[in-house]
Amino acid sequence: MKRKNRRLAFIISSVGLLSIASLLVLSALRDSIVFFYTPSDLLSREIEPDKPIRVGGLVVTGSVVHTEEGRVEFKITDTENAVQIHFNGLLPDLFREGQGVVAQGTMLDTGDFEASQVLAKHDETYMPPEVAEALKEKGYWQQQENK
Amino acid sequence: MLIHANPKRFMDLSGRLLPYFSGVAGFLLVLGLYLALFVAPKDYQQSETVRIMFVHVPAALMTTFVYAFMAVASIVGLAWKHPVADMAAKAAAPIGACFAVLMLATGALWGQPMWGTWWVWDARLTSALVQLFLYIGYIALWEAIDEPTRAARAAAILAIVGVINIPIIKFSVEWWNTLHQPASLAKLDGPSIDPSFLWPLLIMMAGYVMFFATLVLLRTRTEILNRRMRSLHMAQVRVGEQVKSYG
Repeated sequence: MKRKNRRLAFIISSVGLLSIASLLVLSALRDSIVFFYTPSDLLSREIEPDKPIRVGGLVVTGSVVHTEEGRVEFKITDTENAVQIHFNGLLPDLFREGQGVVAQGTMLDTGDFEASQVLAKHDETYMPPEVAEALKEKGYWQQQENK
Repeated sequence: MLIHANPKRFMDLSGRLLPYFSGVAGFLLVLGLYLALFVAPKDYQQSETVRIMFVHVPAALMTTFVYAFMAVASIVGLAWKHPVADMAAKAAAPIGACFAVLMLATGALWGQPMWGTWWVWDARLTSALVQLFLYIGYIALWEAIDEPTRAARAAAILAIVGVINIPIIKFSVEWWNTLHQPASLAKLDGPSIDPSFLWPLLIMMAGYVMFFATLVLLRTRTEILNRRMRSLHMAQVRVGEQVKSYG
């Protein structure tokens, strides 16, 4: 084997080994890398009360209640389980029923969630308003509209 | 590419290509920005904020693309010892770092109105920030070692090791749940982006690529000229010393 080929083989095999090593590390860290838990995750794992966590899912249609003290109550779901969220603060513009959101806060003893911050998740679909209207008329629309 | 690894040939060829590259880059960027800012419609959810995407997405593409370019050039430089490959990788790094800054800045500007926050530590945003640090580390390594061949070797190893972050950035939105949305373009069932947004975006991407090609040629040429100047200067000093010792 010529020297340059040996160098090339060495580089390629090092990169290969390094990728395997990082894959192993990343899959070991899987639980800490997720940005939020789903409502089902909350049930299946032990969550310490008062430990700040994030929980994400879709806002359940018809569950949003604005109380007189300026608080917002709503449920979020991963379509299997749901969790009740209590929040006192500013909601992002994209927040509405059926929208994906991520709430940051702590679990209460009651099993409800007290959020200190609510973020809206945006999906990967881009279309002009007219197209969205047309899709809705044809009944291709799965999302709840609440503007 | 290997045929042009000879600096003299590279100077000839790049000199001829540069006017075309810069012309095409300028044309595509002006056209793309016009389409993105004035012609493309509003988005049904994001309204006018969607226009940030036309600057952000190509910048994110280039952040990974430029690094991949540097890694390939570094492999060529390490394995075949071609000086032009090392110089091209060195020339590309600051450009890639600028794309990374642009990506992070426009992403924050979009995140504030849409998500409700400038920044979160989710897997996509964090791995993208790591990419900026890799660029900065690469540039710092070149600056830290005086002797060019040793600097080139150390920096090349960093570039090749760092390439692991690119699939992490790309697949972060699929492997873990993140606040950042998954890919709209590179999807198995076709892009989930309306053609009225897709075309300006593709033109912007092509414009960014040509812009990068122009800059990297220009900066590699500058690097070659700098080295020639340095060796000329050293030769001059040496001759001067000889003359002195004879006189």
